Amino acid sequence: MNEGPKRINRRTFLRDSASVIAFGAAAFALSAAKAEEPKPVDDPMRVPGVLPRPYGARSPFEKQTRLGGAGPGAPHGWGNNAPNNFNSLTPLQDLHGIVTPSALHFERHHNGVPAIDPARHRLLVHGLVDRPMIFTLDDLERVPAVSRLSFIECSGNSWDCWRDEAGDFTIQEMHGLTSTSEWTGVRLSTLLETVGVQRGASWMLAEGSDAAGLDRSVPLTNEVLDEALICYGQNGEALRPEQGYPLRLLLPGFEGNINVKWLRRLKLGTAPFMTRWETAKYTDLLPDGKAYQFSLVMEAKSVITYPSGHQQIHPGFHEIRGLAWSGRGRVTKAEVSVDGGRTWQLARLQEPVMPRCHTRFRLPWKWNGQEVILQSRCTDETGYVQPTRQDLVKVRGTNSTYHYNAIQSWRVERDGRVRNIYA
Amino acid sequence: MDEYGTSMHKPLMVVIGSLAIALGGVCAGWSAEESGYGVGRLATDEEIRAWNIDVSSTGEGLPSGQGTVKQGAQVFAAKCAMCHGPTGTEGPKDRLVGGQNTLTTPKPIRTIGSYWPYATTLYDYIHRAMPFIAPQSLTPDETYSVIAWLLFQNKIIAEDAVIDAQTLPNIQMPNRNGFIPDPRPDVR
Repeated sequence: MNEGPKRINRRTFLRDSASVIAFGAAAFALSAAKAEEPKPVDDPMRVPGVLPRPYGARSPFEKQTRLGGAGPGAPHGWGNNAPNNFNSLTPLQDLHGIVTPSALHFERHHNGVPAIDPARHRLLVHGLVDRPMIFTLDDLERVPAVSRLSFIECSGNSWDCWRDEAGDFTIQEMHGLTSTSEWTGVRLSTLLETVGVQRGASWMLAEGSDAAGLDRSVPLTNEVLDEALICYGQNGEALRPEQGYPLRLLLPGFEGNINVKWLRRLKLGTAPFMTRWETAKYTDLLPDGKAYQFSLVMEAKSVITYPSGHQQIHPGFHEIRGLAWSGRGRVTKAEVSVDGGRTWQLARLQEPVMPRCHTRFRLPWKWNGQEVILQSRCTDETGYVQPTRQDLVKVRGTNSTYHYNAIQSWRVERDGRVRNIYA
Repeated sequence: MDEYGTSMHKPLMVVIGSLAIALGGVCAGWSAEESGYGVGRLATDEEIRAWNIDVSSTGEGLPSGQGTVKQGAQVFAAKCAMCHGPTGTEGPKDRLVGGQNTLTTPKPIRTIGSYWPYATTLYDYIHRAMPFIAPQSLTPDETYSVIAWLLFQNKIIAEDAVIDAQTLPNIQMPNRNGFIPDPRPDVR
């Protein structure tokens, strides 16, 4: 054992370095105190700053948080509402660029976030395969990896917009169940090659190891085989627990629920398994009483994040900012209307524009203090144009619950207050 | 350290696992070295049995055991009614009973009786996820019983019906033909 530093003659050491020690101790004490709780100072140029810390935290001035939610029509918030919350919503109005900080990625889970020890976690792949196999996290991290940015949107995002009356909501309350991360993992196709897929296997059950044991049937289409990842990484580190730590399925562009978190099992079969989450839930009820089933892709959608609901603006220059995304590929166009949809201007898309990923758009604008209605609509690479609410409701009615993707309208009132409306 | 979901069967698993790996190597002509990246290991039958908890729409995966409406009433009252109400209609959580002929109205009520297309889904879901505070705690008999009670309350089976692995997949749910494949893009 190396005890070198302790063996230095105490008297010599003190004599040679008394002043250094005194200064160092003071500096250390000061820094240590600040490292625990960084506090704002009057003049940051006259006070030494905080020393390096093991794991970073945002500035104490930054207060953006997720918002707790308890389902359609239920109140949002934390505090007394917290026990009822089964989701939390991303503060889209506060974010820059396209990446959602991991700590602000929306949550939706069906019986809480499990605490999983990665050393004990296993993934079983079985069913119609040549070799049913069990993989550890170490196994999966060893094989060739892929990273990509992709949005995940809950298909229940914007469900309040199916209501007949437009509620006085913020963008976070209405549309906060969408987020974008960089995801890293192994291709599903790599795993399937390892186990050997048998003839006739056309569906795959994906099952989570949470208290809901959430299970969904995934169609093994060419698109799925090309795109699907088994992920362990999010924004450069391990997945957050709320995002499926230590392992989740990623099906870029598909509704959030099928991106099964805490993934423990994949079972190949010849037909969908008809789980509760693809029959009783996550199906889109139409006016004639029929319902779309396995409506998995999230269709193109955009929303202006600034100015948006409950914000207050002043006459003069503003950069209208928003997010656009499509589960079918790249966003090719985002247009903004400042006159309730009569005329449209092309917004600038922030490069790089990636498929199945949030895309930031911006348009310079001068508000003259008159009442205006702001809207955005996007087009994706398949030519699909985001519909008006009127056109969407004409086909789907108002009882679908899921997959609302119509144009969002914000009315800027004369006093500068921004309000959600149907236009 | 134990692996999740397999700890109960560990001693047996080790034996079976070793056998399976040895036999698998011989029978299938496959070994870890040939799998490409050399990761993962063959799953044993015992492990697969322990993990394979799903029930398909044709009834694959249903365990032996059975349940009656009468037994189900007791199970429901003791373990389900606190969230779903005494008759499965009061809440506060999901309404389970009634709602037939409401799907085309302005306020559709989506329940097991009015909306669920497959009775087998009840077993898959209740066994894995219910009761909410103690998932996977119901025995197969309790699960079959509470399914029987729910189907009876929804007027889908008779009061003296017995629900088991044979009868459950054959139950015709009222909304069996209520679903259509995704036709989107549907809005032009």
